[in-house]
Amino acid sequence: MSYAPTPSQTVGPFYGYALPFPRGGEVAPAGHPDTITLHGYVYDGAGNPVPDALVETWQPAPDGSRAGAPGSLRHDPVTGEVIGRDGVAFTGFGRVPTDADGHWAVRTLPPGGVSYIAVAVFARGLLHHLYTRAYLVDEPGDALLGALDPARRATLVTRPEADRTYRFDIRLQGEGETVFLEFK
Amino acid sequence: MPLTEPLPDGLSQQEIDTEVAKAQASAAPSDHPPRDYPPYRSSHFRFPRQPLIPLSDPEAVELSGPAFGVTDVTALDRDLTRQHIGEPLGERITVSGRVLDREGRPVRGQLVELWQANASGRYAHQLDQHPAPLDPNFTGFGRCLTDDEGGYSFTTIKPGAYPWRNHVNAWRPAHIHFSLFGTAFTQRLVTQMYFPGDPLFAYDPVLRSVTDESARQRLVCAYDHDLSAPEWSLGYRWDIVLDGPSATLFEEGDQL
Ligand SMILES: [Fe+2]
Repeated sequence: MSYAPTPSQTVGPFYGYALPFPRGGEVAPAGHPDTITLHGYVYDGAGNPVPDALVETWQPAPDGSRAGAPGSLRHDPVTGEVIGRDGVAFTGFGRVPTDADGHWAVRTLPPGGVSYIAVAVFARGLLHHLYTRAYLVDEPGDALLGALDPARRATLVTRPEADRTYRFDIRLQGEGETVFLEFK
Repeated sequence: MPLTEPLPDGLSQQEIDTEVAKAQASAAPSDHPPRDYPPYRSSHFRFPRQPLIPLSDPEAVELSGPAFGVTDVTALDRDLTRQHIGEPLGERITVSGRVLDREGRPVRGQLVELWQANASGRYAHQLDQHPAPLDPNFTGFGRCLTDDEGGYSFTTIKPGAYPWRNHVNAWRPAHIHFSLFGTAFTQRLVTQMYFPGDPLFAYDPVLRSVTDESARQRLVCAYDHDLSAPEWSLGYRWDIVLDGPSATLFEEGDQL
């Protein structure tokens, strides 16, 4: 690795009119019967919800393809407005800002070949984004999960709720702090 | 319970400078800012106290990443001066450069997004309370895809410096926020680009959070006279190198 990387800087408070896009959390085609909902809250170290975080998700398609597909930010060519995905291509990419109460939600299809969805978190106050994983099931043979003690492991495993819905809270700091990853 | 309290409200620039010097002295060498950085007071409750878990797995999903294409941008998205009926006020500039990976290879066909304050230092965001004028002809965000050489280019206006409430008389140097994608999700980058010679550099804890001087310099673009267009705009060049492993780096690593 010879080229020195460009340093990270915080996303700051004012990305809201730039990065979020319409239907950024609607990764699954509308009405698809296999749709799952992945959702939760982002909390800070004082236990308060984080209302200015941005959550991104990335995952394989249901068939296991990791190639993704263009069209997450598909534009209307006449107005130039972002109109969302075309419902055919599975882009695998979700982006949602947290609400005033720290909540976020992504509707997607189950990832093919793995049991997790990759998550990146950006926020005001966070100088460098954080990676974590939302495991839809606790995978016994998973190397990452297997290396963690039970309490920390539990922070990566979603809690199933009714109707194909999975709860994944992200605690940036303190009690129940989410496991964050560094890719080498 | 948090171990310490955040730095209090109402600190002077001099007190923040002392905290910056303290953080600088204790920082481990790194290309990126430490997430635990007291002089940027908003960071206090927002950095993990547990170490990150290292992961080196050639099968990791994060070694691949989202794809973007011609449906994701329009030709107008790269020109922030043409998004409204009239022209925005300010100094018209172009910002161009290349997006590379750590091997120096161009990142092709990937999404570059930017956002910024207007020439007066005001964001088109309802939470920005800086009493500087909004510009009805400037929103301040744009997108483009990198070309086959990893190149990107935007036309915009030079943003103004603006005050914030980190401490008393806190001012951000003029900057443009950038968001970048590589070929892998691990290469995701959100950062800020600064303009050369800004007298506010020394006073800004956000820029100073990058504790390595040469790394900090990599956040500053260069004025490039060859990029200036006669009778039209001033040109700045800023190349970006994305950190983090990718599937292709892993494949090459196997051969080493
Ligand atoms: Fe800013």
